[in-house]
Amino acid sequence: MWYLCVFYHRLLDYRRPEVESLAQLFGAFEDTQNDEVRYQLQWKLPPHHHPDSPFHFVNLPSEQVARNIANRSILVKGMYELWGEGGSYEELKDSVLSYPDERKLPYLDSDSTFKITVDCFGKVISLEEQKGLILGLSYVPFKGRVNLRNPDHNFWLIEVDNYGVNNGLPPIVQKRIFFGREVGGADRKLIPTYQLKSRTYLGPTAMDAEMAFLMANQALATSGKLVFDPFVGTGSILVAAAHFGAMTMGADIDIRVVRDGRGPDCNVWSNFKQYGLPMPVGLLRADNNLPPWRPELKEVFDAIICDPPYGVRAGGRKSGGRKLLKGAVEPYIVPDDKRTDHIPSTAPYSLVECVHDLLDRAAKMLVMRGRLVFFYPVLREDDFTENHFPEHPCFKLISSSEQILSSRYSRVLLTMVKTGPYTDEIAEAARIKHIEFKENHVKWLEDGNLHSAVFSPADAQVTEAGDSKFGKDPKPKYRGKYV
Amino acid sequence: MRLLTHNMLSSNVKGVANGFPLRIQAEKVMEKTVEMNGDFLKKMFEKIDWKALVDASQAMGYTELPEEADSSMLDLDDFLNRFHHALLEIHLEEGALICPETGRRFPVSKGIPNMLLHEDEV
Repeated sequence: MWYLCVFYHRLLDYRRPEVESLAQLFGAFEDTQNDEVRYQLQWKLPPHHHPDSPFHFVNLPSEQVARNIANRSILVKGMYELWGEGGSYEELKDSVLSYPDERKLPYLDSDSTFKITVDCFGKVISLEEQKGLILGLSYVPFKGRVNLRNPDHNFWLIEVDNYGVNNGLPPIVQKRIFFGREVGGADRKLIPTYQLKSRTYLGPTAMDAEMAFLMANQALATSGKLVFDPFVGTGSILVAAAHFGAMTMGADIDIRVVRDGRGPDCNVWSNFKQYGLPMPVGLLRADNNLPPWRPELKEVFDAIICDPPYGVRAGGRKSGGRKLLKGAVEPYIVPDDKRTDHIPSTAPYSLVECVHDLLDRAAKMLVMRGRLVFFYPVLREDDFTENHFPEHPCFKLISSSEQILSSRYSRVLLTMVKTGPYTDEIAEAARIKHIEFKENHVKWLEDGNLHSAVFSPADAQVTEAGDSKFGKDPKPKYRGKYV
Repeated sequence: MRLLTHNMLSSNVKGVANGFPLRIQAEKVMEKTVEMNGDFLKKMFEKIDWKALVDASQAMGYTELPEEADSSMLDLDDFLNRFHHALLEIHLEEGALICPETGRRFPVSKGIPNMLLHEDEV
């Protein structure tokens, strides 16, 4: 059945993938006849709507699935059973009247309570006007009592129109009015509860709460699953996974961050305690380049979620000193009496190597159909094609969602599903690649990092070309992905 | 550190062939109650090295686990409770994990095992 799916006007690229991930979690794809696994839903847009519009139609197998998706989603404002739509209030009336009575009457009977909300995209409708619009619905035979606090049934009258100015909103060419029954809606308290400014222990790259919850949804975090973050930091991503009931585990190379925090009540543990969430089942100090998992262990995590250090806000580190990996010095032999408190030196960890390691470990450690969800940076000068994303024979990329961070670079949330087993051949190829990275440490650091590309001034040619491009209209009216 | 984590870790010092299981040197052991999740336990049972879990729980002072176990025992509440307790409720707060081959000591402090290698072990 088709439902009207209305999104918050935020993170546009993340909206459909989130609904599709949750559809998977709530079993929307289970009716598939053949073995081919589906990850995508059928979508439609209202007539003349821009793909960035908050209004979409989505085909879901049942109202229960639609409700579950909407209630857990971060970006879905509401999911509605559409009773009618039209380009004018007359058309809407005809449309609602022709909607079958057997779909309508169960929600209109005298034993139930209801509420009608008038909503509008791109404009505010005064209370007086709203009252007029509600009274205009008298052709719907409401028999129940009104209850504004806690109604049994919520009805929505939603209007969109071309109001002349599109301050950051997608261009609308034609008025459209929707009337429907709410099936489910997002929990609006979730993000304010978890927002970072309420968090006791924060790091410079703590993941913002909304994004952390989106990542947990992409990873299908739920009760009984084990979720791992190899760059755990202050635990900001795992907090979201734990909220959804998953068991969490994290590792970080910086022991001060995971062990010490800023005191006994300000550390990774306290970030979970603060929200009454179960503590991570494991936190350890380990290097993503040389993870300490026992060799026989595989297919143990249901999802791996992380924000790898890609060298712009924070650089990655791995074991082995800088000079050691350049081949300038022999390894420092730690004297026996100093072994306990020795602080091993680390070397910069290039993005390419970091992502290579991440995909390889994830391919081994994830269960089949387990998900790897992580951010990957892209330079916006590049022609943006999917070929830029890292690949692995065990993984299928099912969604990529861009978030623009500056005029120079974006980050893209990649969601991959493990579709193939981790074979001996793949393990051997990864081992050879690991040695290659180690032997050519300096070359990879130069080629494989992003920091200079983001922070070095744009060269003269780009500036000249940029003048004509950005000079005219420094703040474009329609912001698209910027919102 | 819970024994679930212990069961997943090994010493990855260069040249070590059998870095698992790490021997536990317990200085401070704590028990923290965790809500039981049967599905999670059943899934983890398949991944766990049972002998290593039994030995580790004994090193932590818990001797209620049977020496042998198979998946049919997961239907017994009593077994599930013991497995749950050993896997998730016993914490090594202070102590160390010792590499069985080289004797390298990986310290555990404030419940966090420090598995980072020294320069000459990479």
